[in-house]
Amino acid sequence: MLHILKQIAKTGLRTETAPTADETMVVATRLQREIVRALGRALAIRQVDAGSCNGCELEIHALSNPYYNIEGLGIRFVASPRHADMLLVTGPVSRHMAIALKRTYDATPDPKLVVAVGECGCNGGVFGESYASLGRVANVIPVDVEIPGCPPTPTALLRGILAAITSYAPPTPRIEPTATAGALDDASEFSDPPVDAKIAGAP
Amino acid sequence: MNVSPLGISAATLDGVVPTQRCPVNSGQLLAACRLAWEQGGHLTALWLSDDRDRQRGFTLRVLLRDGDGFTMLELALPDERSHFPDLSPIFPAAARMQRAAFDLMGVACDADDQRPWTWQAAWPIDQFPLRRDFDASKSWEPGQEDYAFVRVAGDGVHEIPVGPVHAGIIEPGHFRFQVVGEKVLRLEERLGYTHKGVEKRFESMGVHDAHRLAGRISGDSTVTYAWAYAQAAEAIARCAVPARALWLRALMLERERVANHLGDLGYLGNDGGFAFGLAQFSRLKEDWLRVNASVFAHRFMMDAVVPGGVACDIDDTQAQAMRAQTAALAKEVKVLQDIYDDHAGLQDRIRVCGEVSGELAVKLGLVGLAARGSGVADDLRCDFPAAPYDALPVRAVAHPGGDVAARVAVRFDEIFESLRLIDGLLTSMPDGAVRIELPELPAFRLAIGAIEGWRGPVVIALETGSGGSIRRCHPHDPSWQNWPLLEYAVIGNIVPDFPLINKSFNLSYSGHDL
Repeated sequence: MLHILKQIAKTGLRTETAPTADETMVVATRLQREIVRALGRALAIRQVDAGSCNGCELEIHALSNPYYNIEGLGIRFVASPRHADMLLVTGPVSRHMAIALKRTYDATPDPKLVVAVGECGCNGGVFGESYASLGRVANVIPVDVEIPGCPPTPTALLRGILAAITSYAPPTPRIEPTATAGALDDASEFSDPPVDAKIAGAP
Repeated sequence: MNVSPLGISAATLDGVVPTQRCPVNSGQLLAACRLAWEQGGHLTALWLSDDRDRQRGFTLRVLLRDGDGFTMLELALPDERSHFPDLSPIFPAAARMQRAAFDLMGVACDADDQRPWTWQAAWPIDQFPLRRDFDASKSWEPGQEDYAFVRVAGDGVHEIPVGPVHAGIIEPGHFRFQVVGEKVLRLEERLGYTHKGVEKRFESMGVHDAHRLAGRISGDSTVTYAWAYAQAAEAIARCAVPARALWLRALMLERERVANHLGDLGYLGNDGGFAFGLAQFSRLKEDWLRVNASVFAHRFMMDAVVPGGVACDIDDTQAQAMRAQTAALAKEVKVLQDIYDDHAGLQDRIRVCGEVSGELAVKLGLVGLAARGSGVADDLRCDFPAAPYDALPVRAVAHPGGDVAARVAVRFDEIFESLRLIDGLLTSMPDGAVRIELPELPAFRLAIGAIEGWRGPVVIALETGSGGSIRRCHPHDPSWQNWPLLEYAVIGNIVPDFPLINKSFNLSYSGHDL
């Protein structure tokens, strides 16, 4: 136990400031208003691999590491589409996954957001469309945000996810119109507190 | 393997791993497979090619591996009504490969199990995508198949279907558990969900460009696949790659191994209820990937290995930075290894969990990291060392335990060994060019590329057409051999241990489904 505490103290807090939302990734703006009104930034994401090479999944995993600390932003990955506000979908959508993807979409309660991830999710990538591949995610379900990159870096993923929920100022007074700037301020709290010396020296 | 007593002639095939090519009839095919099995060899890959345009019908190729290298047996099949003998009684791993070969090429095997494997109703069952007369521009509305899972009957037995959309952030596949209470009586896998037509796609590309596709067969093994592909292309071109390029490839391959092992060790801790492990290892992995990004311009080093060499180079400052990082990481991982070893709760979860005995591993043909966790020390880098591994011998790692703990131990040992290799590669890096132009490629030539990736041996069988085109490219992931073993590893374990056992193998869906 002592070793574990020592290691935790030695490691300190590594979380970095979250990037800003990248609104250029937004391809449809049908739902952001509703989502933000309902949830603020407490977002639940269901990730769906619809046929990827697993490269995008590696970077989506990285979002949970201490540097990007996506949970620190109030965003969680959930186990069921029924608990999700957003589907984070990697592609290309294989024809064998098309039905599963559509069912996952249908199982996600409204209002919902869909973010397509990676070159393949955005345009079919190197696999394209074929007897086995339907190509981009938007060919199968409606898409709100597209995050390009092969695979997109964790920073690009965060910028896309944040764009989906903050690109439009919510109309209700519950969240300030400067929600984007607020997100940054919140995140910066995590970035640089010093290591707690008391823990480091604890018996 | 000496095949001459069987009346089989053998020709040498160009390649880094010694390979002989042997035309056989069906009797000889079975005899050669039996002989290989008796001599400790195993099945590496099996695939079909459509050679009807050259008046040769179809060709079945069976790649065996033993201490001498690869033996590629070639059985000519006159037309689509032909069939080939079932090799699964000798090599159980052949079963799914034979089913997948039929799904894509439409030449049947004499096996009892005639269920589809890769096919899941995305195209009509009487159409075969890898045939040359298949219209690749055609597409069909995805249908639904009714797959005949094997059921277990009895008092209190029930079934748990899982997937293809899983609870975690992992690739899609379906698992059908038959359980009593929490105890798993039987697991049956159903894969093929990520089939995206990779082999057919290769045939629309040129040899010079297709390394990008090869590097995306399984993203976590991009360097491995790209190197295996480049190795095959270079064998066909009969060109020698500059030494510096080989050193850089090995540097990237070992960095890929370390990155994946760091990630897996974190998730194995997490799945064992020890979230501290995930936080620590995912931090180390992130540090590692950031150096990849700064040196190789890509966090996973995609598209860095190209036919003829590598698309990147390093300078002294970068080499020094990588050496410093290597030394620091070794210390950090040692601290975490001690914590893992001393943590009673974690050890309780990973010991005697998901066991695969050495005997079963050999019998069913387990390969790569998982095999080394069952005491089978096969490793292409040790068994057939090619530059730079001939100058920098790899110490084979093996742990006989066969449980999750053994696969954890293999990962720790392989990290330390890879860090040692990285340091050695950086200090012995030869000067010179890092890339040559691939000479013109002769048509109708076949070569095998084989690289020991972090998961196990990846094989690419590449055949050229005219004008630098790809006639056939068959990638083979070690997951083909190891997926069936997962079904055995969970028998008698409890359902909540499945994620842990599954993660300890960490097999590729995309590399398997193609």
